[in-house]
Amino acid sequence: MEKEVYSLCFMCSVRCPIKVTVENDQVKWIEGNPHVPGIEGSLCPKGAAGTALLYDHDRVQSPMIRTGARGSGQWRKASWEEALTMVGDKLRNIIDNHGGHSVALGERTQLATHVSKTFMKAIGSPNHFTHDALCKGSVNTAARSLFGYTDAQIGIDYKNTKHIVLYGRNIFEAIEVKGVNALTDAMENGAKVTCIDPRVTVTATKSSRYWMIRPGTDLALNYALIHVILRDRLYDAAFVDRWVTGLQELQDFVQPHTPQWAEGETGISAIEIENLAREVAKDSPSVIFHFGYRGASHTDEIYMRRSIFILNVLMGSIEAKGGLFFKKGPGEIGGKAARKLTEQTFPKIDLPRFDKVGTPDFPLPDPNHGVAQMLPYAILEEDPYPLKALINFRFEPIMSIPDSNLTKKALDKLDLIVTIDINYSDIAWYSDVILPESTYLERTDCIQQMNGLKPQMFLRRQSVTPRYDTRPGAMILKQIGEKLGIGEYFPYETMEELVAWQLEGTGFDMEDFQSKGFVAYGDKQILWDRKDGIPFKTPSGKIELESTLLKDAGYRSFPPYASVISPPDDQFRLVTGRCAVHTHVSTQNNPYLNEITPENTLWINAEKAGKMGINNGDWVKVSSSCGSGKIKAFVTPLIHPEMVFMLHGFGHESKGATRSFSKGLNDASLMENVSDMIGGSPAFHNTFVTVKPD
Amino acid sequence: MSKYYLFQDTKKCIGCHTCEVACKANKNLPVGPKLCEIVTVGPVFVGNQPKAAYTFMPCFHCEDPWCVAACPTGAMQKRETDGIVFVDPLLCVGCKTCLSACPWGAPQWNPETGKAVKCDYCMDRLDQGKQPACVTVCTTHCLQFGPAETPPKIRRERYAKAMASLEETI
Repeated sequence: MEKEVYSLCFMCSVRCPIKVTVENDQVKWIEGNPHVPGIEGSLCPKGAAGTALLYDHDRVQSPMIRTGARGSGQWRKASWEEALTMVGDKLRNIIDNHGGHSVALGERTQLATHVSKTFMKAIGSPNHFTHDALCKGSVNTAARSLFGYTDAQIGIDYKNTKHIVLYGRNIFEAIEVKGVNALTDAMENGAKVTCIDPRVTVTATKSSRYWMIRPGTDLALNYALIHVILRDRLYDAAFVDRWVTGLQELQDFVQPHTPQWAEGETGISAIEIENLAREVAKDSPSVIFHFGYRGASHTDEIYMRRSIFILNVLMGSIEAKGGLFFKKGPGEIGGKAARKLTEQTFPKIDLPRFDKVGTPDFPLPDPNHGVAQMLPYAILEEDPYPLKALINFRFEPIMSIPDSNLTKKALDKLDLIVTIDINYSDIAWYSDVILPESTYLERTDCIQQMNGLKPQMFLRRQSVTPRYDTRPGAMILKQIGEKLGIGEYFPYETMEELVAWQLEGTGFDMEDFQSKGFVAYGDKQILWDRKDGIPFKTPSGKIELESTLLKDAGYRSFPPYASVISPPDDQFRLVTGRCAVHTHVSTQNNPYLNEITPENTLWINAEKAGKMGINNGDWVKVSSSCGSGKIKAFVTPLIHPEMVFMLHGFGHESKGATRSFSKGLNDASLMENVSDMIGGSPAFHNTFVTVKPD
Repeated sequence: MSKYYLFQDTKKCIGCHTCEVACKANKNLPVGPKLCEIVTVGPVFVGNQPKAAYTFMPCFHCEDPWCVAACPTGAMQKRETDGIVFVDPLLCVGCKTCLSACPWGAPQWNPETGKAVKCDYCMDRLDQGKQPACVTVCTTHCLQFGPAETPPKIRRERYAKAMASLEETI
């Protein structure tokens, strides 16, 4: 018997809508949901490798309890009852002796995040944090400083754009299927793509203008662009006059930042910079300066991201066709969003978070996500208090937080590490107990609230029964909760019951998702009136170039630009990034994806490599202040001489992942754990490394 | 020569390999054989602009296929109705002659079955009114499949758009 199930992919965090063909409880075929515009059957390579994950013998097949030293790989299988009881007992003991706040839970934001937040609130811990800050904490803070909205509340109208400017945003390799198709449609209609990246990517080969910028100097380039736009009055005066405060301060600030000045900093000619400013102004407001997917490269990241948003503001591309727009929720048209378990009443928590977000020490990062890279410091320094237990839910601290050695040192200090994961990730391998999660094809999940120009809800629906002894994460947390005596916060026995509870009062039920996989609150696009109807959430109700948020926290909106230092002759700036076939640190062991890209290499400029006697394919030793390792060199003219590059997510130490074990080098093992202490992102590209022939 | 035409709109292709992965997943193939493959040439700088070619290589389904002629057991066949070249696994003895015969490397080796395996345009899917796996899930829809006599017009349309002068008619 063949049936079709509409669901949501989860090979990466984008969650594209899919249609799964199932026969006799086996997944036969996966394709993009044909009913969703911009998808229409499409997948990305990760999405196409979903069945390879489902049937992979390398998955964690049952609860596992560690029997040897941490990381030794000595395990024994356990029943769910035994594993849950053990985790419950140990957590109870830690909470009784050290308080609920001594427990931290990290996760990659996902559909069941409200469940894990509920779990933490119920045990009295403020220490729920997500992977978000590691990816884009400073982009979030930058957006709030200008608009009062987070970056996640801002959408991009690729389809109608006339010119898009990408700062290292490798849009055709770090793929979001809908966005890719909307942009290729726009390009077919003549849209220009300016790609600014110190390394030639697939995106660069598809662009209409490519600039190999000196690494780390995008901010200088933007100040010069702003300089030209203001000097020549190329901005959208009607929009700016109506909505912007602080234009004079901006004008004064960028006055010395001429294109000639920027040429010396960036390596991009002053004439080219002038040309781009004039070119985008002609296409205003259907212009996008892309604010980034990952925005976590430098210690002044927030100012770089602010400068991108400001360029959009000057083009008037806010809430404009072919520009940026604010995502609309169901409330806009009288609808009701799905319920979340966090709407319940919880015991009050008075203590600060482990990362001190929201305190005068670290006032601006988003407390909904926290700042994950502070975790090693908080554990090691017991500041603001000792942490004793860490629960990782789809979160991988060892390879995601810079300085893996430091992170492991911190992990060693914990009394309990529990990981909920599908695979033997490095953190699963380093844990005391692994509670295996069912894949997206084996579980129903919480409602996806899709805000946008048309508010919608999507549902991930179980396609097949679990292949192994695994459970949905939201059920695992509930069951740990029951062991801890907080079961009343989880009023469901199955995922279907939880979804039904979430849908109460929305006017929809699970049946409504049956025919297309989603429901829509209305059929018209909602754009606010650009003259009078944009409800900016800043204190002034306007776009604040001179930001109240920053000022109140004691920071300047336009601090002096600090020149980016070039590495000494024998060193390079380490830069990391993505390819199309892998997701972060989670897919390197997938049989089909591993087959295409089994390891990373070190991209190094051909001229520099020649002088150092390094040939293509040679093994080289890469060292930084906090780690070193060996990797094969990829000698190429396609990279700026000041930097070397490696793909993120390789160099796994988990022997449970047999294909990816010890393949390539882990970038996080070389990176120093330093951050943009205003915005909240780590500065992944702040580290200099030496490279030597091995 | 099959009666079909599989068109790759190279301008739209981003070389992401979704086609390869979906093909393998659909045919349940192990690591090793790739019935279609994206071969990247470049990038190289053409002036200031980096350029690369992402070329899709399935089987061409030739009019007079080298592989069919070379196959000693009759396993490699051309479907009469539409010219699709396919291999019947029940007849294949794993001699690899087809791998040697094909000038473009289309037939592949399946180490799990010990037999040749190749692109058959997903003829089981075609017979159900569907498109080949690679075409169905192609990220950018740059792969298109249909009767060879009605090929996609996108290249002509692009050229016409680029050349069009709406102000003067010659």
